[in-house]
Amino acid sequence: MRTTVPVVIAFISGMIMVVGFFFNPERSFLGRVEEEVLQWVTIVGGFTLLLGVVSIVRVNSKVVKQKKAGWIFNLATLISVFAMAIPSMLPVTKTSNLGSVIYSIFPESWGSLFGTGTGSIYDWLFNYLDAPMMATMFAMLAFYIASAAYRAFRARNAEATLLLVTAVLVMLWRIPMGEAFLRLFSDNIPGYINSYIMNGVNVAVQRGIIIGAALGAASMSLRIMLGIERTYMGKG
Amino acid sequence: MLIATLHRIIFLSLIFVPSSVFAQESDSLFRTSRVPILFFVVLFSIVIILYTRWAKLGKTLFIRKIAGLDAVEEAVGRATEMGKPVLYIPGISEIDEIETIAGIAILGRVARITAQYETPLIVPVRYPMVLAAGQEVVEQAYSEMGKKDSYHKDIVRYVAGEQFAFTATVNGIMMRDRPAANIYMGGFFAESLLLAETGNAAGSIQIAGTARPEQLPFFIAACDYTLMGEELYAASSYLSHEPILLGGLKGQDFVKMILVICIIAGCLLITLDSGDWFKNIFRAE
Repeated sequence: MRTTVPVVIAFISGMIMVVGFFFNPERSFLGRVEEEVLQWVTIVGGFTLLLGVVSIVRVNSKVVKQKKAGWIFNLATLISVFAMAIPSMLPVTKTSNLGSVIYSIFPESWGSLFGTGTGSIYDWLFNYLDAPMMATMFAMLAFYIASAAYRAFRARNAEATLLLVTAVLVMLWRIPMGEAFLRLFSDNIPGYINSYIMNGVNVAVQRGIIIGAALGAASMSLRIMLGIERTYMGKG
Repeated sequence: MLIATLHRIIFLSLIFVPSSVFAQESDSLFRTSRVPILFFVVLFSIVIILYTRWAKLGKTLFIRKIAGLDAVEEAVGRATEMGKPVLYIPGISEIDEIETIAGIAILGRVARITAQYETPLIVPVRYPMVLAAGQEVVEQAYSEMGKKDSYHKDIVRYVAGEQFAFTATVNGIMMRDRPAANIYMGGFFAESLLLAETGNAAGSIQIAGTARPEQLPFFIAACDYTLMGEELYAASSYLSHEPILLGGLKGQDFVKMILVICIIAGCLLITLDSGDWFKNIFRAE
């Protein structure tokens, strides 16, 4: 029963999506069902958020309680979770349709601090802590690319040397100064790089991978729909 | 019995479409411009089912070696010897992405090996729905290996919903816990190199798999083994060694061979300037 029911649900859901794809959503019942099913996914996803909060609190509070190595970071995570969540959800005042205040937890002047609007605590934390930290992490990628490129482009053998030469040419072509430098040798070099390396060799390889991946995804979807593949449920 | 009934239903629902639905595209119930895709879906389904049936009948199927998957057991063995954990990341996409489902399926296999060797396993996830699916799969794996007592819910843990907050947390785990093996299987984006380079700096053996061509160079540069594209989807079947699942892979290879023939034929016809009729067969909106 624990296996059969999920397989049947997977089959029905998959069939709705597959068959719905071939029908006009404005004129067929199936097209509308497809849209409806996609909305259910969003609703179910919203409910599972609670699972995530429970997990993050349990894992981090355990480390803080046991004072394991780096527990201070876990404490920071816990404080951050509640600092972002509580002010954004607190209802300061509730106003009736007639304009009278039904209840008030905090003074009305504090109203702008709560919720997620401009000037709220949530907004401040998001703009001045969260967003810059995300940007910092993303910016660090440049340094990681440099160290990975150093390892990848070492000329250890003929293939690696070919990769190094190609990479240098492509990188030079990507910057104005590099393009000007390449034009010193021949006006055709930048065009050659664009036509043959980027749009020829590179695209051909990428398409090969994409076709293989698409077939793999279609095959796996079919195996799941038909109940042949059950490994995603921990079975088989 | 159930599978046989499902096979019949899929064929009936795909074949018996009333002819009245094939009217003008804008008025019709059926999207006639998608007929080539329907043809492909039917062909693909028939081939996969046929190969699966042959596999069930005991026909020997050859599947080429995938070094990255053979290395999974070796990586877990190394972690066991070193007394360090295995870090498994099933991508950062939602559960409705097929890459994540592939990642979760492989997680089940990895969890069986870690359960067998009693090696600690850490699985950080980005979405609560992936958390629920991951916990279910890992619990099942531990239970099947008779190590239910070693399982605890925090093996699979939700760390953050934001992409780079997730990355920062996982990088922190890598630098503090120093896992002996890092396995990345699923959908990855800009964080792929941040994770793989940190893992490399921490000295872990690294195995990655993704179907996104733009992230593959990063994994190839920073990991010991990389599964490319279709290998990710084949991984769970490959690791299971079950003939029925391997039959699906052979069916996929057969369809790929047909596509390669079509591509070569298309190149020749275009080179010989024979018009667009062949290209139009594959055109779909």
